[in-house]
Amino acid sequence: MALKTEPFVLNLGPVHPSTHGVFRMRATLDGEVVVDIEPVFGYLHRGVEKLAEQRTYTGIIPLTDRLDYISAMNNNFAYCLAVEKLAGIKVPERAEYIRVIMAELQRIAAFLIAVGAFLNDCGAYFTPFLYMFREREKIVDLFEMVSGQRLTYNYMRVGGVSQDVPEEFWPALRKFVDEMPRFIDEYDRLLMQNEILLARAKGVGILTKEQAINASASGPVLRASGVKWDIRKADPYSIYDRFEFDIPTGTVGDCYDRYRVRVEEMRQSLRIIKQAMAQIPSGPVRAEVPHLIRPPVGEAYARIESPKGELGFYLVSDNSIAPYRCHIRPPSLINLTALRDMVRGWKVADLIIIFGSIDITVGEIDR
Amino acid sequence: MTVALSGKEIANQILEKFPDSIIESSEKDLVVKSESLLDVATFLKETPGLDFNYLNYITAVDYYDHFEVVYMLSSLEHNHSLVIKTRCYDRENPVLPSVVGLWQGADFQEREIYDLMGIRFEGHPNMKRIFLWEGFQGHPLRKDFM
Amino acid sequence: MMAIADLNINDMVRLQAVPPDWPGGFWGHWLFFTVVIIGFVLTMVMGVIYIERRGMGRMQSRLGPNRTGPFGLLQPVADAVKVLLKENIVPTAADKLVHWLAPVVAFAPALMIFAVIPFQNGAMLADLNIGILYVVAISSVSTVGVFMAGWGSSNKYSLLGAMRNVAAVVSYEIPLVLAIVGVVLIAGSLSLNQIVLAQDIPFILLQPLGFFLFFAAGCAEINRSPFDLMEADSEIVAGFHTEYSGMKFAMFYLVEYAEAIAISAIITTLFLGGWRGPLLPPWLWFIIKVLLVFFAMVWTRTTLPRIRIDQLMAFAWKCLFPLAIINLLITALQVLAWPAGLPWVVVIINLAIMAILILIWSKFFFKLGWGRIEV
Repeated sequence: MALKTEPFVLNLGPVHPSTHGVFRMRATLDGEVVVDIEPVFGYLHRGVEKLAEQRTYTGIIPLTDRLDYISAMNNNFAYCLAVEKLAGIKVPERAEYIRVIMAELQRIAAFLIAVGAFLNDCGAYFTPFLYMFREREKIVDLFEMVSGQRLTYNYMRVGGVSQDVPEEFWPALRKFVDEMPRFIDEYDRLLMQNEILLARAKGVGILTKEQAINASASGPVLRASGVKWDIRKADPYSIYDRFEFDIPTGTVGDCYDRYRVRVEEMRQSLRIIKQAMAQIPSGPVRAEVPHLIRPPVGEAYARIESPKGELGFYLVSDNSIAPYRCHIRPPSLINLTALRDMVRGWKVADLIIIFGSIDITVGEIDR
Repeated sequence: MTVALSGKEIANQILEKFPDSIIESSEKDLVVKSESLLDVATFLKETPGLDFNYLNYITAVDYYDHFEVVYMLSSLEHNHSLVIKTRCYDRENPVLPSVVGLWQGADFQEREIYDLMGIRFEGHPNMKRIFLWEGFQGHPLRKDFM
Repeated sequence: MMAIADLNINDMVRLQAVPPDWPGGFWGHWLFFTVVIIGFVLTMVMGVIYIERRGMGRMQSRLGPNRTGPFGLLQPVADAVKVLLKENIVPTAADKLVHWLAPVVAFAPALMIFAVIPFQNGAMLADLNIGILYVVAISSVSTVGVFMAGWGSSNKYSLLGAMRNVAAVVSYEIPLVLAIVGVVLIAGSLSLNQIVLAQDIPFILLQPLGFFLFFAAGCAEINRSPFDLMEADSEIVAGFHTEYSGMKFAMFYLVEYAEAIAISAIITTLFLGGWRGPLLPPWLWFIIKVLLVFFAMVWTRTTLPRIRIDQLMAFAWKCLFPLAIINLLITALQVLAWPAGLPWVVVIINLAIMAILILIWSKFFFKLGWGRIEV
C-alpha cells in the first residue's frame, strides 16, 4: 500500500534572499519534489512603456538605464541604435568604438554578478560572489571616470556618447584588461572542477535545443543549449563586424553549461576590448543632432546582444518630439518562459539553482 | 547579416495557399487578416525554406481606431526574418487567435498585451493579467486610458 | 606528544590526576566544574563567533568586523546585546508550548556534552567510564528540539528545514559512531580521560580515515557547510529558526556554535591528544587545539558550496557508511595483530589505506544523488 501524500504550495515570495529581486514563485511541492510552478510578475512594474510616450527621445535614455539596472550601458546602446535607425542618423567612428568598449566592459560586469549570484545560490557562502565583486569594482571605477555614475550611467546619446572619455581612462583600462585574464583563471581553478558544484549543476535543469528555440530563449541560455546564435555575429550592429571573437556554446543545456558559457564569454569580451583599444581613431564623439529630435513617420526595431539575451527596442514615430509607441523586448521575461519545463521533477534546492542560472533582472521583466 | 525578407514576396507565397488572407503588404512587413492568422503562422513555421521557428517578439500598438499587433519571426538556420502584422478593429472586446501552440515564447508576451492593451488571445492556456493585479480596471497602455 | 620525549611529563601528569572530589568534596567538585563549563562554553562561543566572522571576512577578501572594540573584538558582545534587546514575536498560529520549549530542548544537550570532556587529567565534571557513549546519546536529543522548532512555527519553510535536519542527523549518526568505535578499539576504553591518556601517538595519525569520517559526519550533525542545507540561507530563508526572534533566536544561535565547539572538543579529545603537550599548561593546549579544529571548519564553510538533501543522504549511506565499516574492520585486525600497542609503521599503512580507499570509492562506487523525477 503506497503512502498517500498531498502536494502543498510553497510561496517563494517577493522578498526572499535569493530570487534576484522582487520576483515571486508559487511552487507546488510534493515533499521536496517540485510538481508545478507559477511565476507571479509585476512587483516592479513602473509603466516604463507608457512613460516613454511622454518624454522626448533624449529624455527616455535615463529610463532605459533603469530597465536592466545591472547592465545599463547595453540598454542605452540598444535604445540609441533604435532611434538612429528611425531617424537615419550616422554615428561618428570614435563614438562607435567608445560605445563598443563600454558595452563589452558592461557585459563583463554583468556576467561577474550573474556567475557570483549563481554560485551564491549553490551555497558557496558569498566567497565567489565577493571575489567577483572585487573585479566589478574596477569596472565600476572606470565607468565612474567616464560618466560620474556607478550604476545607471546615462552615458550614450542619440548620435554618439555624451562626452569623450578623460585621459586617465586609457591607462586604467589597459591595466584592467591586462590583469583580468589572471582573475578569470583563478575563478576557473577554484570552481570549474569543484566536486560539489559539478554534483549540483551538471545535468540539472536541462533545456534542450528544440525547447529553447520554441520558447524564444536568447543569450547565454540559448547558447548553452547548443544553438550557435549571437546577434553580434548573426546580425552585426554598430561596428561588431570589424572584431574577431568566438561564440562559446554549450552542449547539454544544463546549469553547468550556462555557467561555463558566461565565463568563456567574459574572455571573449576582453578580446574585443583589446582590439577596440588598438583601433580607435580620434574625432568627434557625437553627431550633430538637434536637441528635440523629430524622426520622420515610421517604425524601427533595433536589437543588441545584451548580457541577458536579445534586447530590442521597437519604436513607432509620428513626427513629434516623443515616440508614439516604445516597446522593449525583455530578454529576461522571455527566457523565463521555459522555466516551468526546466524545473518540474527537480527538488527545491535545484529550483533555486535553475532559476539562478537563467539570470534575470526584475527591472527588465516588469519594466 | 540577418536578411529581412520582403513582405511582398512572402505575401505572394501565402496567397497561393490561403487566398484572401492578406490585407496589404510592403517591403518591410505584411498585414494579415485576423481570421487567417493561425493558418498563415503555421504555414510560415512549417514550410521548408521558410522555417520560421523562432518568434522574436509580439507587441501591440494603439492607433486610435484600431489595434495593430506586430509579430517578428525569424529562422535561426537560414538567418532571415519577417515582420507580420494583424489588425483588430473592435475597441470594446478585441479578440485574436493565440500562437502559443506554435511558439511557446508567446506565452508571457500575449498575457502582457492582454494586461496592458486589452486584446484577448483565444486558445491561450492562462489568459490572466500579468503585471497588474486581478481586479484592475482598464488597460493602461491604451491611448485613452489617461 | 612524542612517546619518547614526554616520558617524564607523562608520568608526572599521571601522578597529578585531578581526583574526583577536588575541591571541597563531591558537591564542591560539581559546583566548581558546572561553573567552569558554563563559563567556558559561553566565552568560547563568543570567541568562536569572532573567529568565524573575522576569518570568513578575511578569506573573502574583505575586512570582517573591525569597528566594535579594537580589531572588532567586542563584536560578539554587540551581537549578544542586540539579540537580547529584540522583540520576541511568536506567530499566532504557532503551537505555543512547543514553540517555547524548542530552544531549551535544543540547547541543554549541547551543554551537557561538556560534562565528560577532560580539560586536564581528570579535570572534568564526571569521569564516566562510558564517556563517549554518553556523548553520542546526548547529542541526538537536540534534534528533537530542532524538530519541535520546525513544527511549532507553523511555517512551511521551517517544516522543510526541520525535516531535512532530522533526516540528515539520523543518517550521519552511523558513520560518526563507527568512527568513534575505531578509536575506542585502539584505546581500549570508553572513558574520554583514558582515551587521552592512551594517545602516545595521537590517533589522527593512527586513524586518518576515522578522523576524516568523524569530521565530515560531525559537520553534518551540526549543520555546518557544506552540509548546511537545514538553514540554507538562499533557499528556505532560515530553515527551522525562521520564526524565532529575541532571546529564543539567541538560544538557537548559541546552540549552533556550542555544538560546533562540542564537536571540535570531541575531535581534539579523540584524535588530537586532548590536553597533552609540552611546556604549556594542559588546559591551554586543549583550547588551542579546539580553536584549530574550529578554524578548519570555518575554512571548509567559506570554500565549499552546499550539497542537496538527496546528495547528503547518498553521501552518508553510500560513501561514509561503507568506508566506516572498512575502517572498523582494518582497525580490528590491527589491534588483534599488535595487542600491546600499535607501532609507528601502522601510521604509514593507515595513511596509505585511507588514500587508496577514498580514491577508489569516489571514482568508481559512488554517485552523488539521483536526478530528475518524473512528475
